[in-house]
Amino acid sequence: MSYTAGLDVGSTYTKAIILAEGNQIVGRGMVNTGFKLDQAARRAFELALQEAALAPEQLDYVVGTGYGRYQVPFRDVNVTDLTSAAHGARFFYPETRTVLDIGGQTMKAMRLDEQARVQSFRLNDKCAAGTGAFLEKTARYMGYGTEEIGPLVLTSKEPVTISGVCAVFAESEVINHLSQGSAPADIMHGAMASLVDRSVQLMKRVRVEPQVTLAGGILRFDTMAAVVREKLEMEVNLPPGELVQFVGAIGAARLGYRRLEKIRAAAAAGVRGG
Amino acid sequence: MAYTAGVDVGSTQTKAVIIDEARSIVSRALIDTGANVVAAAEYAYLEALQNSGLMEEQIEYVVGTGYGRYRVTFGNTQVTEISCHGRGAVHLFPETRTVLDMGGQDTKAIRVSPAGEILDFCMNDKCAAGTGRFLGAAAAALEIPLGELGATALQAQKPVRISTTCTVFAESEVLSWLGKGKAIEEILLGVHQSIGSRSIGLLRRVGIEEQLTFTGGVARNLGMVQVLNESLGLQVNVSEDSHFMGAIGAALFALDFVLGSRVPLRAREAVA
Repeated sequence: MSYTAGLDVGSTYTKAIILAEGNQIVGRGMVNTGFKLDQAARRAFELALQEAALAPEQLDYVVGTGYGRYQVPFRDVNVTDLTSAAHGARFFYPETRTVLDIGGQTMKAMRLDEQARVQSFRLNDKCAAGTGAFLEKTARYMGYGTEEIGPLVLTSKEPVTISGVCAVFAESEVINHLSQGSAPADIMHGAMASLVDRSVQLMKRVRVEPQVTLAGGILRFDTMAAVVREKLEMEVNLPPGELVQFVGAIGAARLGYRRLEKIRAAAAAGVRGG
Repeated sequence: MAYTAGVDVGSTQTKAVIIDEARSIVSRALIDTGANVVAAAEYAYLEALQNSGLMEEQIEYVVGTGYGRYRVTFGNTQVTEISCHGRGAVHLFPETRTVLDMGGQDTKAIRVSPAGEILDFCMNDKCAAGTGRFLGAAAAALEIPLGELGATALQAQKPVRISTTCTVFAESEVLSWLGKGKAIEEILLGVHQSIGSRSIGLLRRVGIEEQLTFTGGVARNLGMVQVLNESLGLQVNVSEDSHFMGAIGAALFALDFVLGSRVPLRAREAVA
Protein backbone atom coordinates (compact mmCIF):
# COMPACT_ATOMS: atom_id res chain seq x y z
CA MET A 1 0.00 0.00 0.00
CA SER A 2 1.40 3.43 -0.83
CA TYR A 3 0.53 6.54 1.13
CA THR A 4 0.97 10.11 -0.02
CA ALA A 5 0.28 13.33 1.87
CA GLY A 6 -0.71 16.80 0.78
CA LEU A 7 -0.11 19.81 3.01
CA ASP A 8 -1.90 23.00 2.12
CA VAL A 9 -0.54 25.89 4.20
CA GLY A 10 -3.12 28.63 3.67
CA SER A 11 -3.20 32.14 5.07
CA THR A 12 -5.83 31.20 7.65
CA TYR A 13 -5.88 27.40 7.97
CA THR A 14 -3.35 24.67 7.30
CA LYS A 15 -4.83 21.44 5.96
CA ALA A 16 -3.25 17.98 5.69
CA ILE A 17 -4.58 14.97 3.79
CA ILE A 18 -3.28 11.42 3.54
CA LEU A 19 -4.33 9.32 0.55
CA ALA A 20 -4.00 5.56 0.19
CA GLU A 21 -3.18 4.50 -3.37
CA GLY A 22 -3.90 8.03 -4.51
CA ASN A 23 -7.63 7.61 -4.32
CA GLN A 24 -8.81 6.98 -0.78
CA ILE A 25 -8.76 9.56 2.00
CA VAL A 26 -7.44 7.83 5.13
CA GLY A 27 -6.49 10.82 7.27
CA ARG A 28 -6.96 14.54 7.52
CA GLY A 29 -5.99 17.32 9.89
CA MET A 30 -6.60 21.03 10.08
CA VAL A 31 -5.14 23.73 12.34
CA ASN A 32 -5.03 27.53 12.42
CA THR A 33 -2.00 28.70 10.49
CA GLY A 34 -0.96 31.51 12.82
CA PHE A 35 2.48 33.01 12.30
CA LYS A 36 4.66 29.93 12.64
CA LEU A 37 3.98 28.19 9.35
CA ASP A 38 6.37 25.25 9.83
CA GLN A 39 4.75 24.38 13.16
CA ALA A 40 1.27 24.64 11.69
CA ALA A 41 2.30 22.26 8.89
CA ARG A 42 3.73 19.78 11.36
CA ARG A 43 0.67 19.85 13.63
CA ALA A 44 -1.78 19.40 10.75
CA PHE A 45 0.36 16.52 9.45
CA GLU A 46 0.43 14.86 12.88
CA LEU A 47 -3.37 15.05 13.13
CA ALA A 48 -3.73 13.40 9.73
CA LEU A 49 -1.20 10.69 10.68
CA GLN A 50 -3.13 9.99 13.88
CA GLU A 51 -6.40 9.61 12.01
CA ALA A 52 -4.79 7.31 9.48
CA ALA A 53 -2.95 5.42 12.26
CA LEU A 54 0.30 5.75 10.36
CA ALA A 55 3.85 6.65 11.32
CA PRO A 56 5.61 9.42 9.39
CA GLU A 57 8.06 6.96 7.84
CA GLN A 58 5.18 5.04 6.24
CA LEU A 59 4.48 7.99 3.98
CA ASP A 60 5.96 7.54 0.53
CA TYR A 61 5.66 11.09 -0.67
CA VAL A 62 4.73 14.49 0.85
CA VAL A 63 3.70 17.47 -1.27
CA GLY A 64 3.38 21.03 0.03
CA THR A 65 1.09 23.67 -1.43
CA GLY A 66 -0.53 26.97 -0.46
CA TYR A 67 1.12 30.29 0.24
CA GLY A 68 3.26 28.81 3.01
CA ARG A 69 4.40 25.75 1.04
CA TYR A 70 8.08 26.64 1.31
CA GLN A 71 7.77 26.40 5.08
CA VAL A 72 6.87 22.70 5.09
CA PRO A 73 10.23 21.30 6.21
CA PHE A 74 9.38 17.63 5.61
CA ARG A 75 8.01 17.93 2.08
CA ASP A 76 9.46 16.09 -0.89
CA VAL A 77 8.28 18.68 -3.39
CA ASN A 78 5.87 21.57 -3.61
CA VAL A 79 3.32 22.70 -6.17
CA THR A 80 1.43 25.96 -6.65
CA ASP A 81 -2.04 26.39 -5.17
CA LEU A 82 -3.45 26.55 -8.69
CA THR A 83 -2.15 23.13 -9.67
CA SER A 84 -3.22 21.51 -6.44
CA ALA A 85 -6.71 23.05 -6.56
CA ALA A 86 -7.09 21.88 -10.16
CA HIS A 87 -6.17 18.28 -9.30
CA GLY A 88 -8.21 18.36 -6.11
CA ALA A 89 -11.29 19.47 -8.05
CA ARG A 90 -10.71 16.65 -10.57
CA PHE A 91 -10.48 14.15 -7.70
CA PHE A 92 -14.13 14.82 -6.88
CA TYR A 93 -15.44 15.81 -10.31
CA PRO A 94 -13.41 14.42 -13.22
CA GLU A 95 -15.34 16.57 -15.70
CA THR A 96 -14.20 19.84 -14.05
CA ARG A 97 -13.12 22.55 -16.49
CA THR A 98 -13.43 25.63 -14.28
CA VAL A 99 -12.45 25.98 -10.62
CA LEU A 100 -13.36 28.79 -8.25
CA ASP A 101 -11.31 28.66 -5.06
CA ILE A 102 -12.03 31.22 -2.32
CA GLY A 103 -9.80 31.19 0.72
CA GLY A 104 -9.23 33.47 3.67
CA GLN A 105 -7.01 35.94 1.82
CA THR A 106 -7.25 35.04 -1.86
CA MET A 107 -9.75 34.31 -4.57
CA LYS A 108 -8.75 32.30 -7.64
CA ALA A 109 -10.58 31.42 -10.81
CA MET A 110 -9.02 29.04 -13.33
CA ARG A 111 -9.91 27.20 -16.50
CA LEU A 112 -8.43 23.75 -17.11
CA ASP A 113 -7.79 21.58 -20.14
CA GLU A 114 -8.54 17.84 -20.30
CA GLN A 115 -5.34 16.94 -18.46
CA ALA A 116 -6.17 19.39 -15.62
CA ARG A 117 -3.49 21.78 -16.86
CA VAL A 118 -4.29 25.40 -16.04
CA GLN A 119 -5.16 27.23 -19.28
CA SER A 120 -6.04 30.58 -17.82
CA PHE A 121 -6.33 31.99 -14.33
CA ARG A 122 -7.13 35.18 -12.46
CA LEU A 123 -6.23 35.96 -8.86
CA ASN A 124 -7.35 38.46 -6.32
CA ASP A 125 -4.91 38.53 -3.47
CA LYS A 126 -4.44 42.29 -3.08
CA CYS A 127 -7.78 43.29 -1.63
CA ALA A 128 -9.73 41.71 1.21
CA ALA A 129 -13.07 42.64 -0.37
CA GLY A 130 -12.83 39.61 -2.67
CA THR A 131 -11.86 37.06 -0.05
CA GLY A 132 -13.07 35.27 3.02
CA ALA A 133 -11.65 38.08 5.14
CA PHE A 134 -14.52 40.24 3.86
CA LEU A 135 -17.10 37.84 5.32
CA GLU A 136 -15.12 37.48 8.54
CA LYS A 137 -14.87 41.25 8.96
CA THR A 138 -18.55 41.77 8.22
CA ALA A 139 -19.47 39.12 10.79
CA ARG A 140 -17.11 40.61 13.35
CA TYR A 141 -18.56 44.13 12.94
CA MET A 142 -21.90 42.64 13.99
CA GLY A 143 -20.45 40.61 16.84
CA TYR A 144 -20.48 37.17 15.17
CA GLY A 145 -17.62 34.69 14.90
CA THR A 146 -16.52 33.03 11.68
CA GLU A 147 -18.23 29.73 12.40
CA GLU A 148 -21.56 31.50 12.99
CA ILE A 149 -21.66 32.85 9.42
CA GLY A 150 -23.20 29.72 7.86
CA PRO A 151 -26.06 29.23 10.36
CA LEU A 152 -26.73 32.99 10.44
CA VAL A 153 -27.24 33.33 6.68
CA LEU A 154 -29.59 30.32 6.67
CA THR A 155 -32.10 32.49 8.57
CA SER A 156 -31.92 35.35 6.05
CA LYS A 157 -35.08 36.27 4.18
CA GLU A 158 -33.62 38.68 1.66
CA PRO A 159 -30.08 39.98 1.19
CA VAL A 160 -29.39 43.66 1.91
CA THR A 161 -27.29 45.34 -0.81
CA ILE A 162 -23.69 45.66 0.36
CA SER A 163 -21.32 47.53 -1.95
CA GLY A 164 -18.41 45.21 -1.18
CA VAL A 165 -15.81 47.66 -2.41
CA CYS A 166 -13.61 47.71 0.67
CA ALA A 167 -13.67 45.40 3.70
CA VAL A 168 -12.66 48.29 5.95
CA PHE A 169 -15.30 50.70 4.71
CA ALA A 170 -17.87 47.92 4.96
CA GLU A 171 -17.85 48.60 8.70
CA SER A 172 -19.67 51.93 8.32
CA GLU A 173 -22.00 50.37 5.76
CA VAL A 174 -22.86 47.53 8.14
CA ILE A 175 -23.44 49.94 11.03
CA ASN A 176 -25.70 52.06 8.81
CA HIS A 177 -27.79 49.02 7.85
CA LEU A 178 -28.01 47.86 11.46
CA SER A 179 -29.15 51.30 12.61
CA GLN A 180 -31.80 51.29 9.88
CA GLY A 181 -33.13 48.07 11.35
CA SER A 182 -31.80 45.48 8.88
CA ALA A 183 -31.36 41.98 10.30
CA PRO A 184 -27.75 40.78 10.73
CA ALA A 185 -28.65 37.65 8.73
CA ASP A 186 -29.74 39.76 5.75
CA ILE A 187 -26.61 41.91 5.97
CA MET A 188 -24.42 38.80 6.07
CA HIS A 189 -26.31 37.39 3.11
CA GLY A 190 -25.72 40.68 1.27
CA ALA A 191 -21.99 40.47 2.01
CA MET A 192 -21.94 36.95 0.51
CA ALA A 193 -23.78 38.17 -2.56
CA SER A 194 -21.28 40.99 -3.09
CA LEU A 195 -18.36 38.58 -2.64
CA VAL A 196 -19.91 36.21 -5.18
CA ASP A 197 -20.44 39.11 -7.61
CA ARG A 198 -16.71 39.67 -7.50
CA SER A 199 -15.95 35.99 -8.03
CA VAL A 200 -18.30 35.80 -11.02
CA GLN A 201 -16.40 38.72 -12.59
CA LEU A 202 -13.14 36.89 -11.99
CA MET A 203 -14.55 33.68 -13.51
CA LYS A 204 -15.85 35.47 -16.58
CA ARG A 205 -12.35 36.73 -17.22
CA VAL A 206 -11.01 33.17 -17.49
CA ARG A 207 -14.03 32.15 -19.64
CA VAL A 208 -16.22 29.75 -17.71
CA GLU A 209 -16.64 26.26 -19.16
CA PRO A 210 -18.70 23.51 -17.54
CA GLN A 211 -18.30 21.78 -15.25
CA VAL A 212 -17.59 24.33 -12.56
CA THR A 213 -16.23 23.06 -9.24
CA LEU A 214 -16.00 25.17 -6.09
CA ALA A 215 -13.25 24.91 -3.52
CA GLY A 216 -11.89 26.73 -0.49
CA GLY A 217 -12.82 27.30 3.12
CA ILE A 218 -15.48 29.92 2.41
CA LEU A 219 -17.55 27.39 0.51
CA ARG A 220 -18.17 25.47 3.72
CA PHE A 221 -20.72 28.11 4.67
CA ASP A 222 -24.19 27.01 3.68
CA THR A 223 -25.80 29.27 1.09
CA MET A 224 -22.47 30.22 -0.59
CA ALA A 225 -22.81 27.59 -3.32
CA ALA A 226 -26.46 28.49 -3.84
CA VAL A 227 -25.54 32.15 -4.28
CA VAL A 228 -22.81 31.19 -6.79
CA ARG A 229 -25.30 29.05 -8.76
CA GLU A 230 -27.79 31.89 -8.82
CA LYS A 231 -25.30 34.60 -9.87
CA LEU A 232 -23.49 32.43 -12.40
CA GLU A 233 -26.75 31.01 -13.74
CA MET A 234 -25.06 27.64 -14.00
CA GLU A 235 -24.95 24.37 -12.10
CA VAL A 236 -21.83 24.08 -9.93
CA ASN A 237 -20.17 21.14 -8.15
CA LEU A 238 -19.59 21.38 -4.43
CA PRO A 239 -17.29 18.80 -2.83
CA PRO A 240 -19.09 17.12 0.07
CA GLY A 241 -19.15 18.67 3.55
CA GLU A 242 -15.93 19.88 5.09
CA LEU A 243 -13.89 18.32 2.31
CA VAL A 244 -14.42 21.49 0.26
CA GLN A 245 -11.78 23.02 2.50
CA PHE A 246 -9.32 20.20 1.72
CA VAL A 247 -9.46 20.37 -2.07
CA GLY A 248 -5.95 21.87 -2.33
CA ALA A 249 -4.45 19.34 0.08
CA ILE A 250 -6.16 16.46 -1.73
CA GLY A 251 -4.85 17.74 -5.06
CA ALA A 252 -1.34 17.91 -3.61
CA ALA A 253 -1.57 14.34 -2.28
CA ARG A 254 -2.85 13.14 -5.67
CA LEU A 255 0.06 14.80 -7.44
CA GLY A 256 2.35 13.11 -4.92
CA TYR A 257 0.88 9.72 -5.87
CA ARG A 258 1.33 10.41 -9.55
CA ARG A 259 4.93 11.42 -8.96
CA LEU A 260 5.47 8.23 -6.98
CA GLU A 261 4.10 6.12 -9.82
CA LYS A 262 6.52 7.74 -12.23
CA ILE A 263 9.48 7.22 -9.90
CA ARG A 264 8.53 3.57 -9.44
CA ALA A 265 8.01 3.04 -13.15
CA ALA A 266 11.40 4.59 -13.86
CA ALA A 267 13.02 2.44 -11.15
CA ALA A 268 11.34 -0.69 -12.50
CA ALA A 269 12.50 0.14 -16.02
CA GLY A 270 15.96 0.78 -14.62
CA VAL A 271 16.02 -2.62 -12.90
CA ARG A 272 14.77 -4.41 -16.02
CA GLY A 273 17.22 -2.47 -18.15
CA GLY A 274 20.10 -3.33 -15.76
CA MET B 1 -18.24 93.29 10.82
CA ALA B 2 -19.36 90.29 8.79
CA TYR B 3 -18.66 86.80 10.06
CA THR B 4 -19.01 83.53 8.18
CA ALA B 5 -18.58 79.89 9.10
CA GLY B 6 -17.42 76.70 7.42
CA VAL B 7 -18.45 73.29 8.72
CA ASP B 8 -16.50 70.29 7.39
CA VAL B 9 -18.25 67.02 8.21
CA GLY B 10 -15.62 64.35 7.67
CA SER B 11 -15.97 60.59 7.99
CA THR B 12 -14.06 60.61 11.25
CA GLN B 13 -14.11 64.16 12.61
CA THR B 14 -16.25 67.24 12.12
CA LYS B 15 -14.56 70.62 12.03
CA ALA B 16 -16.08 74.11 12.25
CA VAL B 17 -14.31 77.42 11.69
CA ILE B 18 -15.56 81.02 11.98
CA ILE B 19 -13.76 83.81 10.12
CA ASP B 20 -14.19 87.56 10.00
CA GLU B 21 -14.31 89.95 7.06
CA ALA B 22 -10.51 90.26 7.10
CA ARG B 23 -10.36 86.47 6.47
CA SER B 24 -8.79 85.88 9.89
CA ILE B 25 -9.80 82.83 11.88
CA VAL B 26 -11.90 83.84 14.88
CA SER B 27 -12.52 80.38 16.32
CA ARG B 28 -12.32 76.66 15.66
CA ALA B 29 -14.01 73.51 16.94
CA LEU B 30 -13.27 69.84 16.38
CA ILE B 31 -15.40 66.87 17.43
CA ASP B 32 -15.73 63.19 16.49
CA THR B 33 -18.38 62.66 13.83
CA GLY B 34 -19.84 59.46 15.27
CA ALA B 35 -23.06 57.94 13.98
CA ASN B 36 -25.28 61.02 14.19
CA VAL B 37 -23.93 63.22 11.43
CA VAL B 38 -26.57 65.96 11.75
CA ALA B 39 -25.89 66.37 15.47
CA ALA B 40 -22.11 66.34 14.90
CA ALA B 41 -22.41 69.26 12.47
CA GLU B 42 -24.57 71.18 14.91
CA TYR B 43 -22.33 70.57 17.93
CA ALA B 44 -19.18 71.54 16.06
CA TYR B 45 -20.84 74.76 14.87
CA LEU B 46 -22.17 75.62 18.32
CA GLU B 47 -18.80 74.94 19.89
CA ALA B 48 -17.09 77.24 17.39
CA LEU B 49 -19.69 79.91 18.16
CA GLN B 50 -19.07 79.52 21.85
CA ASN B 51 -15.30 79.77 21.37
CA SER B 52 -15.75 82.95 19.32
CA GLY B 53 -18.05 84.70 21.78
CA LEU B 54 -20.32 85.62 18.86
CA MET B 55 -24.10 85.25 18.66
CA GLU B 56 -25.60 82.93 16.09
CA GLU B 57 -27.30 85.83 14.29
CA GLN B 58 -23.94 87.50 13.76
CA ILE B 59 -22.89 84.70 11.38
CA GLU B 60 -24.06 85.81 7.97
CA TYR B 61 -23.41 82.70 5.98
CA VAL B 62 -22.59 79.05 6.69
CA VAL B 63 -21.11 76.69 4.11
CA GLY B 64 -21.10 72.93 4.65
CA THR B 65 -18.42 70.70 3.18
CA GLY B 66 -17.03 67.19 3.57
CA TYR B 67 -18.80 63.91 2.93
CA GLY B 68 -21.62 64.89 5.31
CA ARG B 69 -22.09 68.41 3.89
CA TYR B 70 -25.76 67.82 3.03
CA ARG B 71 -26.39 67.01 6.68
CA VAL B 72 -25.40 70.52 7.76
CA THR B 73 -29.08 71.38 8.08
CA PHE B 74 -28.45 74.98 9.21
CA GLY B 75 -26.01 75.72 6.35
CA ASN B 76 -26.86 78.12 3.55
CA THR B 77 -25.16 76.06 0.87
CA GLN B 78 -22.58 73.35 0.25
CA VAL B 79 -19.24 73.32 -1.51
CA THR B 80 -17.26 70.12 -2.23
CA GLU B 81 -14.32 69.40 0.04
CA ILE B 82 -12.00 69.39 -2.98
CA SER B 83 -12.79 73.05 -3.67
CA CYS B 84 -12.56 73.88 0.03
CA HIS B 85 -9.20 72.23 0.59
CA GLY B 86 -7.81 73.94 -2.52
CA ARG B 87 -9.14 77.27 -1.38
CA GLY B 88 -7.96 76.92 2.20
CA ALA B 89 -4.47 75.76 1.16
CA VAL B 90 -3.97 78.67 -1.26
CA HIS B 91 -5.23 81.09 1.39
CA LEU B 92 -2.69 79.94 3.99
CA PHE B 93 0.13 79.22 1.52
CA PRO B 94 -0.40 81.45 -1.54
CA GLU B 95 2.31 79.63 -3.55
CA THR B 96 0.40 76.35 -3.33
CA ARG B 97 -0.09 74.59 -6.68
CA THR B 98 -0.68 71.05 -5.44
CA VAL B 99 -2.65 69.89 -2.41
CA LEU B 100 -2.55 66.50 -0.76
CA ASP B 101 -5.49 65.99 1.57
CA MET B 102 -5.32 62.90 3.71
CA GLY B 103 -8.39 62.21 5.79
CA GLY B 104 -9.79 59.35 7.79
CA GLN B 105 -11.36 57.52 4.86
CA ASP B 106 -10.00 59.08 1.72
CA THR B 107 -6.96 60.69 0.18
CA LYS B 108 -7.12 63.38 -2.51
CA ALA B 109 -4.50 64.92 -4.74
CA ILE B 110 -5.57 68.31 -6.08
CA ARG B 111 -3.85 70.68 -8.51
CA VAL B 112 -4.86 74.32 -8.15
CA SER B 113 -4.34 77.54 -10.10
CA PRO B 114 -2.68 80.57 -8.48
CA ALA B 115 -6.21 81.85 -7.81
CA GLY B 116 -7.08 78.67 -5.93
CA GLU B 117 -9.33 77.23 -8.66
CA ILE B 118 -9.30 73.45 -9.08
CA LEU B 119 -7.42 72.38 -12.23
CA ASP B 120 -7.42 68.63 -11.66
CA PHE B 121 -7.89 66.15 -8.88
CA CYS B 122 -7.65 62.47 -8.19
CA MET B 123 -8.97 60.61 -5.21
CA ASN B 124 -8.86 57.33 -3.45
CA ASP B 125 -12.13 56.79 -1.63
CA LYS B 126 -12.93 53.23 -2.66
CA CYS B 127 -10.25 51.49 -0.68
CA ALA B 128 -8.89 52.08 2.80
CA ALA B 129 -5.27 51.51 1.74
CA GLY B 130 -3.42 54.82 1.65
CA THR B 131 -5.88 56.61 3.90
CA GLY B 132 -5.88 57.52 7.57
CA ARG B 133 -7.71 54.25 8.23
CA PHE B 134 -4.57 52.33 7.33
CA LEU B 135 -2.72 54.19 10.11
CA GLY B 136 -5.67 53.60 12.42
CA ALA B 137 -5.51 49.86 11.78
CA ALA B 138 -1.78 49.76 12.45
CA ALA B 139 -2.23 51.83 15.61
CA ALA B 140 -4.88 49.39 16.84
CA ALA B 141 -2.78 46.34 16.00
CA LEU B 142 0.26 47.77 17.78
CA GLU B 143 -1.78 49.32 20.61
CA ILE B 144 -0.34 52.82 20.16
CA PRO B 145 -2.47 55.98 20.38
CA LEU B 146 -2.99 57.65 16.97
CA GLY B 147 -1.35 60.84 18.15
CA GLU B 148 1.92 59.04 18.93
CA LEU B 149 2.23 57.12 15.66
CA GLY B 150 4.37 59.62 13.78
CA ALA B 151 6.81 60.32 16.58
CA THR B 152 7.22 56.59 17.24
CA ALA B 153 7.88 55.85 13.57
CA LEU B 154 10.56 58.54 13.41
CA GLN B 155 12.63 56.68 16.02
CA ALA B 156 13.27 53.86 13.57
CA GLN B 157 16.59 53.48 11.78
CA LYS B 158 15.40 51.06 9.13
CA PRO B 159 11.81 50.50 8.06
CA VAL B 160 10.19 47.12 7.62
CA ARG B 161 8.81 46.76 4.10
CA ILE B 162 5.03 46.37 4.26
CA SER B 163 4.14 44.31 1.19
CA THR B 164 0.36 44.04 1.46
CA THR B 165 -1.90 46.60 -0.13
CA CYS B 166 -5.14 45.96 1.70
CA THR B 167 -5.59 47.41 5.18
CA VAL B 168 -7.15 44.15 6.36
CA PHE B 169 -4.12 42.12 5.27
CA ALA B 170 -1.74 44.78 6.60
CA GLU B 171 -3.11 44.19 10.10
CA SER B 172 -1.99 40.60 9.97
CA GLU B 173 1.28 41.56 8.31
CA VAL B 174 2.00 43.99 11.15
CA LEU B 175 1.35 41.23 13.69
CA SER B 176 3.52 38.77 11.82
CA TRP B 177 6.42 41.26 11.79
CA LEU B 178 5.94 41.67 15.53
CA GLY B 179 6.03 37.88 15.83
CA LYS B 180 9.31 37.85 13.91
CA GLY B 181 10.76 40.23 16.50
CA LYS B 182 10.81 43.49 14.54
CA ALA B 183 10.69 46.69 16.61
CA ILE B 184 7.40 48.57 16.71
CA GLU B 185 9.00 51.76 15.37
CA GLU B 186 10.46 49.93 12.35
CA ILE B 187 7.09 48.42 11.51
CA LEU B 188 5.41 51.79 11.91
CA LEU B 189 7.89 53.55 9.67
CA GLY B 190 7.13 50.88 7.06
CA VAL B 191 3.42 51.58 7.44
CA HIS B 192 4.00 55.31 6.92
CA GLN B 193 6.12 54.63 3.84
CA SER B 194 3.45 52.37 2.39
CA ILE B 195 0.81 55.10 2.73
CA GLY B 196 3.29 57.69 1.49
CA SER B 197 4.01 55.78 -1.70
CA ARG B 198 0.31 55.31 -2.42
CA SER B 199 -0.37 59.02 -2.03
CA ILE B 200 2.61 59.92 -4.19
CA GLY B 201 1.10 57.69 -6.89
CA LEU B 202 -2.09 59.70 -6.59
CA LEU B 203 -0.15 62.99 -6.72
CA ARG B 204 1.72 61.93 -9.87
CA ARG B 205 -1.60 61.39 -11.61
CA VAL B 206 -2.49 65.07 -11.23
CA GLY B 207 1.11 66.23 -11.64
CA ILE B 208 3.24 67.51 -8.77
CA GLU B 209 3.96 71.23 -8.99
CA GLU B 210 5.54 73.18 -6.15
CA GLN B 211 4.58 74.25 -3.63
CA LEU B 212 2.79 71.28 -2.22
CA THR B 213 0.52 71.80 0.77
CA PHE B 214 -0.40 68.82 2.92
CA THR B 215 -3.86 69.06 4.54
CA GLY B 216 -6.29 66.88 6.45
CA GLY B 217 -6.07 65.12 9.78
CA VAL B 218 -3.09 62.96 8.81
CA ALA B 219 -1.02 66.10 8.07
CA ARG B 220 -0.67 66.52 11.83
CA ASN B 221 1.35 63.31 11.85
CA LEU B 222 5.03 64.34 11.80
CA GLY B 223 6.14 60.93 10.59
CA MET B 224 3.92 61.21 7.54
CA VAL B 225 5.25 64.72 6.82
CA GLN B 226 8.85 63.52 6.97
CA VAL B 227 8.19 60.45 4.81
CA LEU B 228 6.58 62.68 2.15
CA ASN B 229 9.41 65.23 2.29
CA GLU B 230 12.03 62.51 1.88
CA SER B 231 10.23 60.59 -0.86
CA LEU B 232 9.31 63.69 -2.85
CA GLY B 233 12.58 65.52 -2.24
CA LEU B 234 10.84 68.74 -1.26
CA GLN B 235 9.45 70.51 1.77
CA VAL B 236 5.69 70.25 1.99
CA ASN B 237 3.73 73.09 3.60
CA VAL B 238 1.96 72.07 6.74
CA SER B 239 -0.16 74.46 8.76
CA GLU B 240 -1.03 74.17 12.43
CA ASP B 241 -4.57 74.29 11.07
CA SER B 242 -4.05 71.55 8.47
CA HIS B 243 -7.01 69.52 9.70
CA PHE B 244 -9.23 72.64 9.57
CA MET B 245 -8.30 73.38 5.95
CA GLY B 246 -11.63 72.22 4.51
CA ALA B 247 -13.61 74.23 7.04
CA ILE B 248 -11.41 77.29 6.45
CA GLY B 249 -11.99 77.00 2.70
CA ALA B 250 -15.73 76.64 3.30
CA ALA B 251 -15.77 79.78 5.49
CA LEU B 252 -13.82 81.67 2.80
CA PHE B 253 -16.38 80.64 0.17
CA ALA B 254 -19.11 81.78 2.55
CA LEU B 255 -17.44 85.19 2.80
CA ASP B 256 -17.26 85.42 -1.01
CA PHE B 257 -20.97 84.76 -1.16
CA VAL B 258 -21.67 87.46 1.44
CA LEU B 259 -19.44 89.98 -0.31
CA GLY B 260 -21.05 89.13 -3.64
CA SER B 261 -17.75 88.27 -5.30
CA ARG B 262 -19.08 84.80 -6.02
CA VAL B 263 -22.51 83.23 -6.38
CA PRO B 264 -23.17 79.87 -4.77
CA LEU B 265 -24.08 77.02 -7.11
CA ARG B 266 -26.97 75.87 -5.03
CA ALA B 267 -27.94 78.73 -2.78
CA ARG B 268 -30.51 77.96 -0.18
CA GLU B 269 -32.72 80.65 1.24
CA ALA B 270 -30.39 82.90 3.23
CA VAL B 271 -30.86 82.97 6.96
CA ALA B 272 -32.76 86.14 7.78
